Amino acid sequence: MKKILLVDDEPNIIMSLEYTFKKQNFEVFIARDGQEALDILKTEQPDVIILDIMMPNVDGYATIESIKKNEKLTHCKVIFLSAKNKESDIEKGMQLGADAYMTKPFSIKKLVDQVNELLVSSD
Amino acid sequence: MNSGYLLVILLLYLGLLFFIAQWAERKGSSKWTNNPYVYSLSLAVYCTTWTYYGSIGVAANSGLNFIPIYLGPVIAFPAWILILRKIIRISRVNKISSIADFISLRYGNSRFLGALVTIISLIAILPYVGLQLKAISETFHIVTNSPESTNVFLDTSTYVALVLALFASFYGTRYVDASEKRKGIVTAVAMESVLKLFFFIILGLYVTFFVFDGFESIYEKASLMERFQEKNTINGLEGGMNWMMLIILSFFSIFLLPRQFHMSIVENNREKHIRTAIWLFPLYLLLFNVFVYPIAWGGNILFEGKNVNPDMFSLLIPQLFDNTFMTVLVFLGGFSAAISMIVVSSITLSTMLSNNLLIPYGILGSLQKDNQENNSERIVKIRRIGIFLMIILAFIYYRYFIMDFSLVSVGMISFVIVAQLGPAFFGAVFWKRGSQKGAVSGIIVGMLICFYTIMLPFLLSSINPDSKFFIEGFFGYTILQPFQLFGLDYLDPIPHALFWSLLFNILVYMIVSVSFKANYRERNYAEMFVDIDKYINNHENAFVWKGTAYVSDIQKVLKRFLGEERTNRALSIFKMKYNIAPDYLMADARLVKFAENLLTGHIGTASAKILIESVTKEDKISLPEVLKILEESKENLIINKKLTETSNELKELSSQLKKANQSLLLKDKQKDEFLDTVTHELRTPITAIRAASEILHDDDEIPEELKKQFLQNIITESDRLNRLIDKILDLEKFETGKQKIYPTQGNIVQTISKSLSPLQQLISNKNIHVEFDENQPAVLFDYDEERIIQVITNLVSNAIKFTNEKSGIIIITIAEKEEDLKVNVFNNGKGVNPEDLVSIFDKFYQSNNQNIKKPIGSGLGLAICKQIIEAHKGKIWAENVQNGVTFSFTLPKKI
Repeated sequence: MKKILLVDDEPNIIMSLEYTFKKQNFEVFIARDGQEALDILKTEQPDVIILDIMMPNVDGYATIESIKKNEKLTHCKVIFLSAKNKESDIEKGMQLGADAYMTKPFSIKKLVDQVNELLVSSD
Repeated sequence: MNSGYLLVILLLYLGLLFFIAQWAERKGSSKWTNNPYVYSLSLAVYCTTWTYYGSIGVAANSGLNFIPIYLGPVIAFPAWILILRKIIRISRVNKISSIADFISLRYGNSRFLGALVTIISLIAILPYVGLQLKAISETFHIVTNSPESTNVFLDTSTYVALVLALFASFYGTRYVDASEKRKGIVTAVAMESVLKLFFFIILGLYVTFFVFDGFESIYEKASLMERFQEKNTINGLEGGMNWMMLIILSFFSIFLLPRQFHMSIVENNREKHIRTAIWLFPLYLLLFNVFVYPIAWGGNILFEGKNVNPDMFSLLIPQLFDNTFMTVLVFLGGFSAAISMIVVSSITLSTMLSNNLLIPYGILGSLQKDNQENNSERIVKIRRIGIFLMIILAFIYYRYFIMDFSLVSVGMISFVIVAQLGPAFFGAVFWKRGSQKGAVSGIIVGMLICFYTIMLPFLLSSINPDSKFFIEGFFGYTILQPFQLFGLDYLDPIPHALFWSLLFNILVYMIVSVSFKANYRERNYAEMFVDIDKYINNHENAFVWKGTAYVSDIQKVLKRFLGEERTNRALSIFKMKYNIAPDYLMADARLVKFAENLLTGHIGTASAKILIESVTKEDKISLPEVLKILEESKENLIINKKLTETSNELKELSSQLKKANQSLLLKDKQKDEFLDTVTHELRTPITAIRAASEILHDDDEIPEELKKQFLQNIITESDRLNRLIDKILDLEKFETGKQKIYPTQGNIVQTISKSLSPLQQLISNKNIHVEFDENQPAVLFDYDEERIIQVITNLVSNAIKFTNEKSGIIIITIAEKEEDLKVNVFNNGKGVNPEDLVSIFDKFYQSNNQNIKKPIGSGLGLAICKQIIEAHKGKIWAENVQNGVTFSFTLPKKI
């Protein structure tokens, strides 16, 4: 069973994501900001991380930087999911080492396709 | 007293004066030497031995007649503020160092007029200096009880004169530039003024209270004497006329005596010192005159029937009572009065002699070819010899001509002669039409009348007192009787001479001035003198000159007198003042005038002009042209001022524009950031709605409960979206002024309670403590309650966001003042970044590092609060306080 970590400070968005990925047979972990995500990552090595950028305390950029430094998480795929939709934002996200960047509002179907695609390519 | 002892005392005293002069010279600009009191006291060089001894003689012989000589200056003083300040300014900017410079410069820088003034001053003052030497000598012999020796070389007074001459010639010529201040001399003179007054008052007290029993006792005894009544009245209208003429005479003298001109104008450091002088100097004169009368009549009583010279009462009275100490004190006082006068007069006269007579008419040519060191040395040498010779000449004059005249008569003649400069002098300052021809002819005519009505008769009377000339007049024309010219028979000789000479002097000066055209240079200086206040700051601009001149030529001339270093320094200051390029070749009118000024102090105005003329080629200018240029320069001054103002305004404007531009750039950046935030904020609920909708749409197996939850989410997020749109619109309305407030009377305590109740849930969720006293007395005034609720809600919800769970504390207080009411919302969360305290209320504001951190709220709440409070004419601000932060706003009770 694949593991997925959902990081977002909007509870209603998390709720939809959680429902969606549970239905897709993922083991789902939830974090409300970067700090919580990093805490979870101390013990868990999920296959995919869905990461929001603008969050209180530790934001998405700082989170991905920590993830990339962690050798245990090298196999881990990171998808940014953010309302920041400017070219420069996307570029920055990819430069930091994200595997994909999706802008909000997003299509759940496309997000699921994207996750699956990443998982297939890594297998 | 033994003459040896007295000589020793004298030498000690002179040594003290040397010391004071030396000390003051070294101290330079210290407050001990450079203050209004030293200035005022130095003016008392006016009081010579004439005052010290002569006044007593006059008072003893003819009662009150000693007074007018002091009334004139006292009457003149209120006018000083006006006249003297003007003369000081003119002299300062033109580097004038004597009255001869002053008069000659005003009348077109006339060499002849300068020489004439110098000669007249010499004629007037030399006998006067001789008079002082005579007083020293006579009093010396009285104190030592020694007879005057007929052999000049055996007479001690000769050596006193020699020492004085050395002292003056050494100290008076320390500077080549005669317009420099001589601190040493001024301080020594001020010191002497104090001493002579002090000693005189001691004598007065001695005579009044020790020899006699006070003023009344003297008066009682004196009133029994012969002709007392007659001597002590003004003697009707005729006497009054005499008085008036004498007052006019002394009024003129206080301005025109070369030593007074020197002390009050050349040595003036600060204009404001005049303000002290106008009360201190009259007070000084008053103090000096208090005891004249008691001493004079005391002497009359004591020496009744004896043949003694009343001029010497001051010495004879203490001597009569064998009071040697008092006698010596009085002698020293008189000595002080004499040497002040001698030293200052000889310095000014020798400056005039060198700068206005010898240099322009004699040695200028050779100076022109020599270098600075030699020139300075020669100029100083000329002056030094001049001073020395002057004093020796005065001594000879006294020994051989005026042995038998009284102190006052010689002094009076001096005054009358000097008064001839009056019309040209005062005309110089107040009358633009006064011309060189007028001044010269006025002075010459006045001098001729002087000569005829007073000098000639005095000389004659010493040769042949019974000459028919006095009764029959010139060639037997009785109408030309020297003391009753044109039948004017009720004036005494001095007022008589003054009356006729001044009358003709003034008439001729005015008639000639208006009858003949002045040349352009005179007209130019007339403008600069009379309207000095207009040109005080850039008088070089007022100088009209057209022609060709090279800077290098002028520079060469300057170097011959000022030396390389000073010339270069002066020129660079000049260029800086007028903003002239350092490498310009052609000199303009300003530089010509500037160069003349630089030379003036060294060689006088006339020579300065001649020298500069020799290296420049001046074009002829007509009088109308000068007037036109002057008019233009006046306009230019005004235009210049306006230009400066306009340029300042432009600078101001451009800096404002810069600021506006910067704030626009900032606003623009903030606007971008705001849009980013707003779109993010708008997208977030849409994202949630879209995700929930997609699930509901695609997933038929979704459990009922969850379905409901997703639908609920959609509703919540839609509301949120709507609220956000409302806020944006709200702000927009306030900003464009479309949003009005509707004030009605309300109770702010109740309003705050109302605002808090919807937040209770949030507060208890976060488990924080909110403190507000809902039971405090009502505060009633007009405001838009709905809007104020919005503000309070916003501030409190912000506070809730910023405080920590459980430990959070929020305190709301009200402070009522007369004019307004203040509401404070404190929370113990972390403070606001100090840089952001003001900008957090800007509508586009997001915390500086908002790019990476999720902003709290939309960034619109505080901006809206600010709009609402400002619509109420109140203020809103935030400040970091101990343990937290306080947001406050005020609401005026009357909008």
